[in-house]
Amino acid sequence: MSPQVIALVDCNNFYVSCERVFNPKLANRPVVVLSNNDGCAVARSNEVKALGVKMGTPWFKLKELARQQGIVACSSNYALYADMSNRVMSILAQFSPCQEVYSIDECFLDFSGIPKNNLALYGAEIKERVRQWTGLPVCVGIGASKTLAKLANHIAKKHLQFGGVCDLGAMTAGERDQWLSELGVGEVWGVGGRLTPKLAELGIRSVLDLKRAAPALLRSRFSVMMEKTNRELNGIVCIEMEEITPPRKQIVSSRSFGVPVSDLQSIEESVALYVRRATEKLRHQKSCAGAVQVVIRTSPFNPAVPYYGNSITLSLPTPTDDTSQIIKVALCGLARIYRAGFQYQKAGVMLSEIMPASAIQPELFSGQGDGRSKVLMDVMDGLNRKLGRGTVHSAREGFTQPWKMKQEHKSPCYTTRWDELPEAVA
Amino acid sequence: MTTKPHISRKRRPGAGRKPGSTKYGEPTRVIRLPESLHRQALALLAARNAPKLGADIADIAVPHPNTPLFERPLFLSQVAAGFPSPADDHIEQRLDLNQYMIQHDAATYFVRVKGDSMLEAGIRDNDVLVVDRSVPARVGCIVVAVVNGELTVKTLSRTRAGQPLLVPANANYAALEIKEGMSFEVWGVVTGLVRKFK
Repeated sequence: MSPQVIALVDCNNFYVSCERVFNPKLANRPVVVLSNNDGCAVARSNEVKALGVKMGTPWFKLKELARQQGIVACSSNYALYADMSNRVMSILAQFSPCQEVYSIDECFLDFSGIPKNNLALYGAEIKERVRQWTGLPVCVGIGASKTLAKLANHIAKKHLQFGGVCDLGAMTAGERDQWLSELGVGEVWGVGGRLTPKLAELGIRSVLDLKRAAPALLRSRFSVMMEKTNRELNGIVCIEMEEITPPRKQIVSSRSFGVPVSDLQSIEESVALYVRRATEKLRHQKSCAGAVQVVIRTSPFNPAVPYYGNSITLSLPTPTDDTSQIIKVALCGLARIYRAGFQYQKAGVMLSEIMPASAIQPELFSGQGDGRSKVLMDVMDGLNRKLGRGTVHSAREGFTQPWKMKQEHKSPCYTTRWDELPEAVA
Repeated sequence: MTTKPHISRKRRPGAGRKPGSTKYGEPTRVIRLPESLHRQALALLAARNAPKLGADIADIAVPHPNTPLFERPLFLSQVAAGFPSPADDHIEQRLDLNQYMIQHDAATYFVRVKGDSMLEAGIRDNDVLVVDRSVPARVGCIVVAVVNGELTVKTLSRTRAGQPLLVPANANYAALEIKEGMSFEVWGVVTGLVRKFK
């Protein structure tokens, strides 16, 4: 078998780049995209990175700098990002028979079998095709394993001389090791900040150190994963391509409130909304949940008011994907953990014990078997898909929703709503 | 060697229609009645069996809201009996406007027109343009371009000096020459237009 060649294609500053495609005025300006509820920076343009703003900086700490430097803040517009992501992934699928979508803005492509001297050219073609079709900049990293492809991508992003495409396989062993010696071990896929000091104790500081470490030692001091990482760095494939993402085992939906909330009804409305969102995802992956957890808490950052946080997990009578059934159970749980007199800042639900809908044993005495719930859910999902999210929802979610989160700087849903299309002057 | 199966002519207990299994939910009896009363008797039975108001909600067929128009059964004639429809072999899928308007799904965007500078090209205020970014922009194409950060729709042309020129299709507007120092980029090529009258 010929050795594997893997490419990692990753969009540069994905959320910011999506905003720029439809709002060209943002080009060359410092732009941040804020997390839900305009909390903290989750994406930064290169100009913002150059100002030393770290990922996850709270927006209120940035406001002064933003005023001085003219930083533009966008609320996150996930409808837009998801659509642009789908476009990018379907374009990338044209370049390899084997694709693993790894996250919203990156995917692995199997390049095995493509003539070696062409790979950088092929990568450049991919980069140009994505830019032309979507307006989004990407970088391509190529290596003998997923771990090496990730590092190659990192090098392509940081070093402009590569023109956005770095093929570690095209380098001599000496050149490759030179690059790996310049990278901190924390840059390696799956190593991260927590393990970096422990590796440093063994004298492993650069990626090259990790590559040259003894696999047996790594296994005994860390885990089999660290040994696999070491082998991957040496070009031995240990982490296979996964073309089908396994259905999720847990589905979480939670948000901060726009303003602190203390009445039970507002929290009930929010919990009903989160259950609907979570069950939509549940039905999308054709699963049922066996348990639901409800979480509420006040702000942990405000020392002026007393803190309270609690959660409760309830199992469902029968595993189900029915929104109203799960709302009923979740609200029972909420009533048990809710305490009056606190300023709540966040609520959330988590569905667990998730299993395929096809594997459910219908219960003898519950009235689920008539299929009406399924018809109702299908109709609801269909209407919401066709007419926009939240067109039909449970009345338990309320209608004015004064607790809803702040999204003061959200751009239009340019590609998913007819009344929000980009406009061109004629 | 074959043996002829033995057929019993005796009455078999429990065989036949079960009592109470009819649509009336109770045992029934065969009677003869005068021809003139036939209709009345049928009406009486129908009224007796009509569902009570409100009890039939589950029977209302709910159209699936998300069924695409072209998803029609491929065979029109019923299987039961009779001559099959001679049209069965000729059924094609319903026409899909997306398929007609869009060549490259991943590269196609819709853009709303604001203004009347392209009237003579048949592009009116508020029309929706189908913009395909994968199509290379050539002189003569109608394009959506970015000029100094604004999206604009014009016909792409070139000056004698080779500079890009954006030409309107309305005598009230002047052509715009892209000069040094202006930021300019073709955003995508207009490949179609959608307009609703109602």
